[in-house]
Amino acid sequence: MPELNLVQAINQALAQEMERDERVVVLGEDVGLNGGVFRVTEGLQAKFGRERVVDTPLAESGIIGASIGLAMADMRPVPEIQFEGFLGPAYDQLVNHAARFRTRTRGAITIPMTVRVPVGGGIHAPELHSDSPEAIYSHSPGLKVLMPSTPYDAKGMLLAAIRDPDPCIFFEPKRVYRSFKEEVPEGDYEVPIGQAKVVSEGDDITVVTWGAPVFQCLAAMDELPDDVSVELIDLRTIYPMDTDTIIESVRKTGRCVVVHEAPRTAGMGAEIATVIQEACFLHLEAPVQRVTGFDTVMPYYKLELDYLPESPRIVQAVRECLAY
Amino acid sequence: MPKKTVYKATIEHLQILNEDGKLDASLAKNTLTDEEVAFLFEQMVIWRHFDEVAFKLQRSGRMGTYPQNKGQEAAALGSGFAAKKGTDFLVPCYRENAALFLHGLAPHMILLHWMGDERGNQIPDNVNCTPISIPIGTQMLHATGIAWAYKIRKEPRCVVTYFGDGATSEGDFHEAMNFASTLEVPCVFFCQNNQWAISVPREVQMASETVAQKALAYGMPGMQVDGNDMFAVFKATRDALDRARKGGGPTFIEAVTYRLADHTTADDAKRYRDVKEVEAWTKKDPIIRHRKFLESKGLWSDKKHAEVEAKAKKIVDEIIKTAEGIEKPSPADIFNYTFAEIPEQLRVQRDTMRTNSLGQDPSQTGLKTEHAHTR
Repeated sequence: MPELNLVQAINQALAQEMERDERVVVLGEDVGLNGGVFRVTEGLQAKFGRERVVDTPLAESGIIGASIGLAMADMRPVPEIQFEGFLGPAYDQLVNHAARFRTRTRGAITIPMTVRVPVGGGIHAPELHSDSPEAIYSHSPGLKVLMPSTPYDAKGMLLAAIRDPDPCIFFEPKRVYRSFKEEVPEGDYEVPIGQAKVVSEGDDITVVTWGAPVFQCLAAMDELPDDVSVELIDLRTIYPMDTDTIIESVRKTGRCVVVHEAPRTAGMGAEIATVIQEACFLHLEAPVQRVTGFDTVMPYYKLELDYLPESPRIVQAVRECLAY
Repeated sequence: MPKKTVYKATIEHLQILNEDGKLDASLAKNTLTDEEVAFLFEQMVIWRHFDEVAFKLQRSGRMGTYPQNKGQEAAALGSGFAAKKGTDFLVPCYRENAALFLHGLAPHMILLHWMGDERGNQIPDNVNCTPISIPIGTQMLHATGIAWAYKIRKEPRCVVTYFGDGATSEGDFHEAMNFASTLEVPCVFFCQNNQWAISVPREVQMASETVAQKALAYGMPGMQVDGNDMFAVFKATRDALDRARKGGGPTFIEAVTYRLADHTTADDAKRYRDVKEVEAWTKKDPIIRHRKFLESKGLWSDKKHAEVEAKAKKIVDEIIKTAEGIEKPSPADIFNYTFAEIPEQLRVQRDTMRTNSLGQDPSQTGLKTEHAHTR
């Protein structure tokens, strides 16, 4: 089985789905001839032509708004927003339009659209190129929010998202884009939306995370003493959330640390802690701990590692939670 | 009712100094003096060197992503020189460094920005500009608001805002144009049409033949200038500012220029751009034509050029030393500028550099005994 990195796995999923379903169109800024600024769409225009891999004008609201129209007319648009910081101009179209059409037309009009967005920090990028806005969109009913952390999951989840009848935001952690390769089946497979993955089983404490911090958590586990048994959960889909996997794990361990890059206040850690409190109250041995970005603007890169939930902070939090 | 034409318009293109350094003397009247051209050309040479060194800093890992200004210096300098330093206000994108430096911004601050340090944006009170703007096409609305405030307060001040051809595709651009023209604010919309928005050429970006004609839809005067000609850029901008200062409202200037380098150091334009096109535009490099002009006037020579290049090297070396000599900011800076007064919960995050409750308040630990639960 060939080994692919995250970029290559997503590229392969796009190519295969475009091959399989001629309704799929890829559109966005620089996605055509240039193959996207991260090269995720590399070679697609040469293969499928300029009608299906489209360099759009530089207008995020336009990209999402027009994709909504394409979806209404039974196409399967896969728009790219170049960086998560540029979702701002598209917010209205995403949250007030894409997310609401099914509900406000009582199912008459639906928006099968998958918005691909590079996300997160840790790559020395300029301003507005390093944020983590997944909670904002998870808080917006009608959108599915995905964030795979591995090439295998990325391919399977992207195929599931494009085939999903509702609008999905597919966040791609930049820090993982080329960080490692793994075996990815060449054939067609889906990783279901809404299904978390237990990355490693353990009994003492549950760590819940998604995206690039999965690898900070793995690094933290290496730092912990051998007799500490951590159950690491990669949420993969932020909304709808696989609460069953979290609950089952925390009922077993009694302790939980949630790790995310986004700011703490009203972040997904708050939601997860509440779910645990509701479903695992009598199983808890310690308060649920959050290791997250601070409630500040994402700093420029000189300070980004002070902001991000790097492994030392995760190690400390796990130790404190275990000692409680 | 017979058919009739209800609207007709044309777009003028102004060039005063051509590619060969030949000046149209009649159009050049009351524009730049020879001394001013010599001064601005020296600036052009210095900031071209700055730009090349900045590129190398990125390549050698001493700086993050950087967008080169190469080829667009005449547009920046001609327009920046037309605006009154200390009175008018610049609202830039990120490809007009030289204009900001003319208006007093310390050049090391631009490097500091690209070195991932917000202090590069900490514009001193006596410098009239906003920091460079990363997202595309958002700043023209801010420029409109600043100009509006000047109008409300009846101050004889104007704003010049910069953006690229791609930015005119954004909704915010159109909103800014409409606000500015209906409110008749003293703002000059200066579009650096450098032909490329990363990999997307102007003709794919828009179906309109010129960018300038977009102004007509907003009832705003719109014109095109040769952006590599400081005379034309200066004249167009100064005339627009004069009109704005007298209450004549905003103007749109499309400066036709070319991005001689990649979009940024993270880009590779060879993937999408014809080498021949770059070669053709290299011949139109503003450095070539302004040098030729000055030489024809006896104001420039190889010796003079070598002196200026040596001076540029010294100046830029000093700027880099300053930028690299600034120590990494304190992590507390992440928090200290979020609000005028730091909220309590944020203060706790700052003082502990932690977000988990037990890390923030160690006294919470060890309280388990009285409430022990079984699993």
